[in-house]
Amino acid sequence: MGRTKFIVGGVLILAAVVYLIFSATKANAKYFMTVDELKAKSTSMAGQDVRVSGAVVGDTIQYDANTLMLTFDVAQVPGDQKEVDAEGGLAAVLHAAVIDPNRARLQIIYNGPKPDLLKNEAQAIMTGHLDSSGVFHADELLLKCPTKYQEAVPNQVGG
Amino acid sequence: MVADFGYGVIVIAFVVALYSVGAAIYGERTKSANWVESARRAMLLLWPLISLSALSLIYLLVTNHFEVSFVYEVTSREMPTYLKVTAWWGGQAGSLVFWSWLMAAFASLVTLRKWDRDREFLPWVIVVTSITTAFFLSLVVFYENPFAEFWQGPDGKLITDAGGNAIKSIFAPMLNATLATPTDGNGLNPLLRHPGMIIHPPMLYLGFVSFVIPFAFAIAALITGRTDDRWIRITRRWTLIAWLFLSCGLVLGSRWAYDVLGWGGFWGWDPVEIAALMPWLTGTAFLHSVMIQEKRGLLKQWNMLLIILTYSLVIFGTFLTRTGVLSSVHAFAQSAIGPAFFAFIGVTFVVSVALLIYRWPDLRGETEMKSMLSREALFLLNNLLFISILVVCFWGVVFPLVSQLFTGQTVTVGPPFYQAATAPLFAVLMLLMGVAPLSAWGHSSLKTLGRAIWKSAVAALIITVILFFTYTNNPIALVGFFLVALVLLVTLQEFGRATFARVRAQNENIFVAFWRLVGRDRRRYGGYVIHISMMLMAVGILGINLFQVQTQGTVSTNNSLSLSGYTVKYDSVAQFPGPDGQQVTRAIVSVYQGKNYLGDLYPRIDYYPTEQQNMTIPGQRSTLKDDLYIILVDWQPAAANGATFKIFVNPLVNWLWIGAIIFLFGIIIAAWPDREVERIPAQMRSIHQADKQTDSRQASAAD
Repeated sequence: MGRTKFIVGGVLILAAVVYLIFSATKANAKYFMTVDELKAKSTSMAGQDVRVSGAVVGDTIQYDANTLMLTFDVAQVPGDQKEVDAEGGLAAVLHAAVIDPNRARLQIIYNGPKPDLLKNEAQAIMTGHLDSSGVFHADELLLKCPTKYQEAVPNQVGG
Repeated sequence: MVADFGYGVIVIAFVVALYSVGAAIYGERTKSANWVESARRAMLLLWPLISLSALSLIYLLVTNHFEVSFVYEVTSREMPTYLKVTAWWGGQAGSLVFWSWLMAAFASLVTLRKWDRDREFLPWVIVVTSITTAFFLSLVVFYENPFAEFWQGPDGKLITDAGGNAIKSIFAPMLNATLATPTDGNGLNPLLRHPGMIIHPPMLYLGFVSFVIPFAFAIAALITGRTDDRWIRITRRWTLIAWLFLSCGLVLGSRWAYDVLGWGGFWGWDPVEIAALMPWLTGTAFLHSVMIQEKRGLLKQWNMLLIILTYSLVIFGTFLTRTGVLSSVHAFAQSAIGPAFFAFIGVTFVVSVALLIYRWPDLRGETEMKSMLSREALFLLNNLLFISILVVCFWGVVFPLVSQLFTGQTVTVGPPFYQAATAPLFAVLMLLMGVAPLSAWGHSSLKTLGRAIWKSAVAALIITVILFFTYTNNPIALVGFFLVALVLLVTLQEFGRATFARVRAQNENIFVAFWRLVGRDRRRYGGYVIHISMMLMAVGILGINLFQVQTQGTVSTNNSLSLSGYTVKYDSVAQFPGPDGQQVTRAIVSVYQGKNYLGDLYPRIDYYPTEQQNMTIPGQRSTLKDDLYIILVDWQPAAANGATFKIFVNPLVNWLWIGAIIFLFGIIIAAWPDREVERIPAQMRSIHQADKQTDSRQASAAD
């Protein structure tokens, strides 16, 4: 009798936690794509919230401090870790992506202060949506520069 | 030369650690006290050896030996000496040495204790701590050598591999090769040159390493079959110290994020942060559930599982925080040592769980849980909640990998996921903090609990109604504030009730009574102080998460921005060189509340030319009501049309830091060494008895 009570209680708690995790996942899950993948699915992904990663092309960074309007391009970098390793590590991959004019590029618009880590050959991870003209409107911008240090700096979060 | 010496010593330390494992096992098998003693001495030799190697590394760091690749990567000439020393743990290879060094120190401390009653544990504690140390040393010896150097050929060119990367090695890669010394190093990222960030990794590591000690005793208990609660009693203080350091590390990391990263928050649910939080969650659950084993002889299997899990998460956490992973969710194991880490975690976890299953029948509970509202049942619920939060965290971290595996598409979850999934769990935990101290061991009913809690509940409700009319109508905030008020009132009432019981029973004055009450059961009342501090932290977290407001804009001199009652007037900007070679751009703004002048703030941007990196340091004005947090976003001397600011008002966030300080204080109370029981005079013991009679609920909780 005593045992049943605890088993029922345990099952109820378990069910509640599972429900919590799945509902929260469902409401907040976002596709994480490379520039190529996003471009290939631009019609089906238009307007939908996604995350995309790429290499920051330094020459394209433009910033209007009056309106806090930041635009820059990111170049395609492979998403698969094995591909990254095969090409000599993340720093090498980011460098190759930026100097290669034939790589797919994606224009990013972000409204907010310019993050300290935004510079040439940084890895950028944006959350936002693609508009009909193929420009990506980022609500959130995470950056990492693997060339400068090995330290795991927690990502800077904008917005 | 120094590099060769440092590396050589590390290799010797690795061999000594292996010898210590072997000798301990052999000594235990053959019942040879001499072999066990030899293992113990070998273990004691580890710390001096690793210290020697660490000193060599520090010497190289401080004297700009850039031919050593680690020195090149983490320091530069313009860095002050203290930063060069702390650069020891500023990169992966060095921090592995640092980890081993701390591990050896703690293992030595524990082997120096008096072992009279627990001699059978000794060989196995040596085995576990030495294997752990040997693992980290092996990473240094074989994969991540902080003493590896750059080399050049006779032609003066840097020797590289086929991919063009410089070869880093302790030995000359070819005949006639000489050391190649770059003129300057890369330098430490300026973002990390913050006191919080310099102390943060050692704190986390101390926390991680001290959790290895209770794990070692748990494994020793499993192997020897001495499965009573002796291992828990021996390691109780180690667990508290581990918890203290881990908590310190988490708080310092948060403070660093708030002060330095300039996005107006302190916790971003970054995988690196989560990696440090996960062992904290299991550790907290463990701290609670060991009490049930001590008082009621229950949950023995569960405690074993918790400490095994904590150990695995500690190793996992070290791996995540130190391998530069997870900036991209794709890059789970960027470093060469990833597979080694996973193999080690896998093997130790499987072996530990196998041992646990082997001893499973011996670890049955001595009684059964009967009442759903008894204190042990509520503690169990508390444990389930901590584990649920752990599962949420773990799910969030691995979900991208899982989705990739099953759908071929990577899907990620961000901070909103963690907030949505953990907030209800934290809320129930808070409710438990209010209820559990009032419940009795063995049996409680709704009636007895209701009688104990109703006054506090009504008072908390009144406070909530007042807040509804004066402060906020946000339902989540109101639920949160209600729970905070409830826990605070219940906890203070517990302090008050027990103090007055003592005042009446012992004729002590109220302060003496309070002092002796806490002193006599530090674990209980330290725990209550921790609960109070948690509530203060909850106020801060609710404040910044629910009520943060922000604005941004460009203003010219003598013009101002307004936000939530504050007016920020832009006065001037100055540029000057800073002490660490950085270029400082500092704005002066004056802050007004209505017409009241409150003072000046100095938000600034430091530019580090060597690293080509900006560091944005906010101007902050903290009060108990809110923080005004001003970021200088941009200032263009040529355009001369003013400066751009982003301003946050973060209500109540200061309570988070106040709570954090009280929290550390509470752990110190709980962990403070007790005097030997034997020395308590007879008179004291009779007071003890009297207390038991005046407070029946408390009696069973007294240690």
